[in-house]
Amino acid sequence: MTNVPIEGILLPDEKHNHESPSSWKEYFSFSTDHKVIGIQYLVTSFFFFLVGGIFAMVMRGELMTPESDLVDRTVYNGMFTMHGTVMLFLWTFPSLVGFANYLVPLMIGARDMAFPRLNAVAFWMVPVVGILMMGSFFVPGGPAQAGWWSYPPVSLQNPTGNLINGQVLWLLAVAISGVSSIMGAVNFVTTIVKMRAPGMGFFKMPLFVWAVFSAQIIQLFGLPALTAGAVMLLLDLTAGTAFFDPAKGGNPVMFQHYFWFYSHPAVYVIILPVFGIFSEIFPVYSRKPLFGYKVVAISSILIAVVSGIVWVHHMYVSGTPGWMRLIFMLTTMCVSVPTGIKVFAWVATIWGGKLRLNTAMLFALGGLVMFVFAGITGIMLSSVPVDVHVNNTYFVVGHFHYVLYGTVTMGLFAAIYHWFPKMTGRMYSESWGKIHFWLAFIGTNLNFLPMHPLGLQGMLRRVASYAPEYQFWNIIASLGGFLLGMSTLPFIFNMVISWMQGEKAPANPWRAIGLEWLVSSPPPVENFEETPIIISEPYGYGKSEPLTANLPE
Amino acid sequence: MKIQKILNILTLLTGAIAVTSMSLWIGKQSYSWLPPQAAAESLLIDDLISFLVTLGAFIFLGVTSTLMYSVIFHRAVKDDFTDGPPIEGNVTLEVVWTAIPILLVFWIASYSYQVYEQMGIQGPSEIVHLHNPLAMESAYAAPAKALAEPIEKIDVLAKQWAWVFHYPERDITSTELHLPSDRRIRLALKSQDVLHGFYIPAFRLKQDIIPNHAIDFEFTPIRPGKYRLTDSQYSGTYFATMQANVVVESPEDYQQWLAQAATQKPSPAKNQAAAEYAQTSHQSVQTGWVTVPPAAPPLVNSPG
Ligand code: HEM
Ligand SMILES: [Cu+2]
Ligand SMILES: [Cu+2]
Repeated sequence: MTNVPIEGILLPDEKHNHESPSSWKEYFSFSTDHKVIGIQYLVTSFFFFLVGGIFAMVMRGELMTPESDLVDRTVYNGMFTMHGTVMLFLWTFPSLVGFANYLVPLMIGARDMAFPRLNAVAFWMVPVVGILMMGSFFVPGGPAQAGWWSYPPVSLQNPTGNLINGQVLWLLAVAISGVSSIMGAVNFVTTIVKMRAPGMGFFKMPLFVWAVFSAQIIQLFGLPALTAGAVMLLLDLTAGTAFFDPAKGGNPVMFQHYFWFYSHPAVYVIILPVFGIFSEIFPVYSRKPLFGYKVVAISSILIAVVSGIVWVHHMYVSGTPGWMRLIFMLTTMCVSVPTGIKVFAWVATIWGGKLRLNTAMLFALGGLVMFVFAGITGIMLSSVPVDVHVNNTYFVVGHFHYVLYGTVTMGLFAAIYHWFPKMTGRMYSESWGKIHFWLAFIGTNLNFLPMHPLGLQGMLRRVASYAPEYQFWNIIASLGGFLLGMSTLPFIFNMVISWMQGEKAPANPWRAIGLEWLVSSPPPVENFEETPIIISEPYGYGKSEPLTANLPE
Repeated sequence: MKIQKILNILTLLTGAIAVTSMSLWIGKQSYSWLPPQAAAESLLIDDLISFLVTLGAFIFLGVTSTLMYSVIFHRAVKDDFTDGPPIEGNVTLEVVWTAIPILLVFWIASYSYQVYEQMGIQGPSEIVHLHNPLAMESAYAAPAKALAEPIEKIDVLAKQWAWVFHYPERDITSTELHLPSDRRIRLALKSQDVLHGFYIPAFRLKQDIIPNHAIDFEFTPIRPGKYRLTDSQYSGTYFATMQANVVVESPEDYQQWLAQAATQKPSPAKNQAAAEYAQTSHQSVQTGWVTVPPAAPPLVNSPG
């Protein structure tokens, strides 16, 4: 009845209040059930997705015309700073952690995370981060305006002269979010290493679990650097130290090293779980085993390792000497090898399958296509001479939005649709889902494709006004942006209505293979009545092997 | 099924030819997506971009057409929940598919390396902080074309939010950057306050300017005309206004301009940031958030 016992870790029976998680009130209270926490993360982060989206609309509105005529320049600068920060720290990170929270224990046959209380504390720090960020709009001088990367000395300029200002609140919020992420990382790594059900060797883990594992290891080695940089910047800003302030002899480029040493790998903390989601979804809706399972699993770890030695590609033109530019060009390009392996594996999985194009599969396919595009522009950016031209232009903005919207956000939607029946016990409406998909897919491309010609032409990022010859593509991009904003309406409608009165979902509506599909929808508080004993590898489509020795298939 | 096999090979072949010719065409198009080629370096960079676009288009079209083929021809029939063929892997295919990107990476990297060597854009940096490990000498070789050309030295000062150009030989200052064409230019880039970025899209060249660091930056303009210099590193409230004209002209015209400017008395230059700061803004949404005041408009011989 219990999981593999581990010293120092609470066993399931002691820690749950045995209430059913189906009572909606529990989602607003302190709970230690990993499934409740997972949904808390998802709902909270989706709220901030909408907030970040509103900031984006303001920016795209401003960029409809070459002049700076909709909002003040200070407001525009605050908008892009907060948009970037909110989308990264309050949407992509927490929503993916939400999925990991919900799915990892189920997928490895555990009854909860290793440290359930730590897990809950880590979640409740996210609303605190959000409140600090939003609160900064109400301090004199407004929110931080130095961009989501907060390079000094701009981030050290404090025209209000107040000790409590937008930039200080921003740094505090980022630091708290870092602490929360470290708590999460310790918890995930421990859970995955120690709490797998009997029979689940590393090479029997689903690829989503592999991806979460690799991503969380990055958090453990990277976050200390970011936190150190943030604390030093905070001291410069408030206590008069001179780590980064050139006016006092500090070196602002040092901050860029601290920042990117974490923040490049951070993009893999975001994208790896999405790769995991793709790897879960393609086999189910192609009805084939995942092609090259082992290589795909290992490539996650490889990506995590290589990502630790590429950060200088964000600093090619920042006083970086030639030899260093070239070394980091080579390491950066090497990331495309494990990534290429994954893309090939997905295409080979889909090839010759029996495809079922429901909403989840459409989002995954759309996300895959847009990821291939992003990977190609990524290779272009890693080439030093090309980057010298397009760095800090809209080409870069186009690239990372193909990643962050085209791939990550599309992948998140795919995951939401795929696991919606499991989480809520209800089916969603496919026709509303498909409307959502097409609006999002068209909107994404209209919004972000024009950014590439703009960047090649030399239009800079972070500008509130621009030369008139850039207007045409900006109007297209803005229209695409407004379409993207609208695309969330059918989604919200579908989720709310389906959750309240959708058709009841069976345990395994997609006929998928995986432990989470063996328990009822939604799963009981304890996940598994009996700890499953794993006897075969994941993704056994077409081989009709049972997955476990003791649970009903 | 012999016929089936031949048909498959034919389909594959037509597909491959279509994808290849399409990507070659797209690669050619890429030149038209870029601004005029006004510096020697831009010729090298544009060829590299075109090469990468061709290769990228080939990969993108290859992957998407494979996916499209599956989506069109491998759909499950309604209510058919049976499984597809349980193919789990294929060692040869996986090895080939790992080798291809590795080879491509080395190809792209060595081509990029060559281009970068030939550009030789960043000259030796003067080291202000001796303990700073970053300020090492960079790879440095002039483009073949400009090797024998004399070097024109100009000081560039960036501040919130203005560009000031100083011509040491005649001791004149300007807010417009005049450059002789077909001469190697060496700029000494300096910043008075925050990070700025020196960027001329028509030259395809960019370099951050870091306070306390003197950074030398070299290139060769080749095409007379008027271009824009922009600030490429976010530098605060009026960042977007920090622009200047770049005039590339024949060496004779350039000398004439220098001589003419030398006769001019210094006067305050026009400055958009200062103008916007002075007047209350007419935006529809105003918050009155305070901002760093712009630096005083520079005194220049030639306000441009
Ligand atoms: C094939 C893989 C990838 C390659 C080769 C690549 C390469 C690059 C390079 C060289 C830059 C710097 C460009 C510049 O600053 O001028 C960049 C920027 C960026 N990339 Fe990627 N990238 C890849 C995948 C990703 C992924 C997976 C993500 C996120 C999930 C991502 C997100 C970003 C972001 C956010 C930036 C912009 C950072 C900034 O300058 O503000 N990239 N990428
Ligand atoms: Cu990076
Ligand atoms: Cu500037």
